[in-house]
Amino acid sequence: MNHKALIRYTELMQNIPVNTFDSPTAVLELIHKLKVKDVMTSRVSTVTSSHTMKDVRDILKNKSITGLPVVEESRIVGIVSMENVLKSMELGCAEKPVASFMSRKIIALEEDMPVFFAISYFGRYPYRRFPVVNQQNELVGIVTSRDITTKLLLEAHREIERLEKSGDQAETALGGHIEKWFTVRRYDFENAGYASTEIRKILKSRKVEKGTARRIAISAYEMEMNLVIHSDNGSIHFLMDEERAIIQSEDTGPGIRDVNIALEEGYSTATDWIRSLGFGAGLGLPNVKRVSDEFSITSAPSQGTHIKSVIYLIKGE
Amino acid sequence: MDVKEIPAVIEGELMTRPADYAKICGGYTSDLLSDVMGNAAEGDVLITIQAHKNTVAVAQLVGIPAIILCNGRKGGQDMIALAEQENIAIIGTKLNQFSVSHLLGTALDKG
Repeated sequence: MNHKALIRYTELMQNIPVNTFDSPTAVLELIHKLKVKDVMTSRVSTVTSSHTMKDVRDILKNKSITGLPVVEESRIVGIVSMENVLKSMELGCAEKPVASFMSRKIIALEEDMPVFFAISYFGRYPYRRFPVVNQQNELVGIVTSRDITTKLLLEAHREIERLEKSGDQAETALGGHIEKWFTVRRYDFENAGYASTEIRKILKSRKVEKGTARRIAISAYEMEMNLVIHSDNGSIHFLMDEERAIIQSEDTGPGIRDVNIALEEGYSTATDWIRSLGFGAGLGLPNVKRVSDEFSITSAPSQGTHIKSVIYLIKGE
Repeated sequence: MDVKEIPAVIEGELMTRPADYAKICGGYTSDLLSDVMGNAAEGDVLITIQAHKNTVAVAQLVGIPAIILCNGRKGGQDMIALAEQENIAIIGTKLNQFSVSHLLGTALDKG
């Protein structure tokens, strides 16, 4: 990763209690690549709101943990912690139900969020654990800062071993696979095109047939520009094997109201100043769809957008 | 057509330092970068008023060897520097896109 890209990472993660300026690139890439579900504990002990505080105390003691999600029909309704147990005992109310002492203010992480979200949550909120939910909003795990530290150390160790073996090859290249992650910031026109340019370099070095390389570059570029223009920051994931290239774009908002309209040529929500730069003509998504062999998009207002473009490879001469 | 022949044809001036640029086979006139991305061909010269770095990024991705900035627009230092790094010529002219397209098209026809 070049210096500029490193600064881009740094700006994005200024809220994270990790030294992001001169940390090794590999570490920064790790916290972007790893998802919350990769670090969470998935076998979670839970209680219902009708359990007593005494039950909670026993579970916390037996499992040597400090907090429990309170769950009704797979949905989290609260969090009960050691502090709540102490409070109930102080008041002599240990037989009372969890519902009277639990905290109902729930800040949950989603399983597909990158780990750096989790890290920033620990910096932003005073909690020591965050429940993790899936897309259906069901509890699937729990994350403590200890989970993250342990997993990061493990992955960092693995990464260092791999780097030592492969010299300074920055991307993952296993058995003909190549995988790259790029972070793209909203309104960062200064670095716009960085991901696509890097991808194009890979295609060149892999001698991908020119027409195919062009289609992959278009797909990556338009997705990258979409993130710059419309998202609240996002990432481009590039994966290529012998048979196909898969380019995916993921962001956490603001989402698209009607995907079908967004796919119509000429439809755009871009502002005038973005249009004055030559963007926002409503050609981006239609361009991606046109050059893709497989194309899918999922989005909803105030949620993220996920775009996947698959392009089959033809071997170059 | 050779890139270094272009300035004389369109009353233009080379703004990047001279280099060994690829040859021009045709041209594409547009100010919409997604349109350029989707429809311009490798070896086309790009005729536009978009004088910023992103134009160079698109040219690099498409394989455009030269960008002509019309209506007297001048690219910033960052645009020129990126273009030099990517071996893409930037030529400035006072003429508008129509005139440049006409003059270059005629010159390309003559060979």
